[in-house]
Amino acid sequence: MGVAIVVTSGKGGVGKTTTTANIGTALAMLGNKVVVVDADTGLRNLDLHLGLENRIVYNLVDVVEGTCRLKQALIKDKRFDNLFLLPTAQTKDKTAVTPEQMQKLIDDLKKEFDYIIIDCPAGIEHGFENAVAGADRAIVVTTPEVSAVRDADRIIGKLEAKGLEDHQLIINRIKYEMTKKGEMLNIDDMTDILAIKLLGIIPEDEKIVISTNRGEPAVTDENSKAGKAYRNVARRIMGEEVPFLDLEEEPSGLLASIKKIFFKK
Amino acid sequence: MDLFKFFSKETPSKDVAKERLKLILIHDRANVSPQFLEMVKGDIIRVISDYAEIDESGLEIKLTRAGEQGTSSPALVANIPIKKMKEFGR
Ligand SMILES: Nc1ncnc2c1ncn2[C@@H]1O[C@H](COP(=O)(O)OP(=O)(O)OP(=O)(O)O)[C@@H](O)[C@H]1O
Ligand SMILES: [Mg+2]
Repeated sequence: MGVAIVVTSGKGGVGKTTTTANIGTALAMLGNKVVVVDADTGLRNLDLHLGLENRIVYNLVDVVEGTCRLKQALIKDKRFDNLFLLPTAQTKDKTAVTPEQMQKLIDDLKKEFDYIIIDCPAGIEHGFENAVAGADRAIVVTTPEVSAVRDADRIIGKLEAKGLEDHQLIINRIKYEMTKKGEMLNIDDMTDILAIKLLGIIPEDEKIVISTNRGEPAVTDENSKAGKAYRNVARRIMGEEVPFLDLEEEPSGLLASIKKIFFKK
Repeated sequence: MDLFKFFSKETPSKDVAKERLKLILIHDRANVSPQFLEMVKGDIIRVISDYAEIDESGLEIKLTRAGEQGTSSPALVANIPIKKMKEFGR
């Protein structure tokens, strides 16, 4: 029996879909059988992050409505045989599915897969209700900004009200330079304010934009810092104790390169 | 460079953010409306007025957090300026 994890945030645009694609891929790279589920009906994006947009025939709504079987809607990843995508409909809205139908769907997936990662839409309405319906655990994504942290707190309250007590926090888009100057909330500030366990710290990384352009999650790029942070998150999800990344940026420029040659740590 | 800023050692913006967030979350979590505070205020004035003459315009009531560090439990704090105690109240 697999584990279903919903990736949620309250506030939009903080990195839920990026997180879902990267964690799903990283868990598959670690040998798990994984399915990533797009629960953002009407605004689907997860297919783009994985570069699978041209392979979609059926979707989640078709499965729920009985137009096709679950197996027919699952799309196998290009790179990893043990990674699948369950896309959603782009031309329907969130009321096309009920929480009960979603719960049933996730329960069916749990029989086939080790991990089911669900990409939740922004907000606290119907789409949120659907995305969390079948979940055993939740990952709350936030960024170091007051509005995102406030919304994360609201979501944590909502999850607890539903009895979803197994929730952990991912802080995305940390800019080390700014936290060092005291101009951005740091990790301690946020874990202090939000009563939730920390699962990962993802640095701001241009490689995220590049990998989204290409449809290849950053975890497949050895040199991406965000990718490395997401690979660590995947190992923590599997129960491994992994120390948090040192966010100190590598010094750049010629002088720094020379320093690096002479002062190898 | 802003010389004034340089000498005044402005509070880092993240500390401002943290303080603001703590207060916002107390309100969000307690889910209290301004009307609720107004109702409490009205009742307090009514009860205390039996014992003392109070300066209603200076009365302040707000929701904060209990203790110095505690972020979890909210506390209702009232500041009630007294003009004069009533005779039987002593
Ligand atoms: N660590 C990061 N570094 C740089 N850019 C990032 C990072 N994480 C996310 N982004 C960028 O932020 C944008 C929003 O990301 P994403 O679509 O994953 O957010 P979302 O929470 O799923 O949004 P929505 O609420 O609309 O579904 C994207 O353009 C993405 O490239
Ligand atoms: Mg999204």
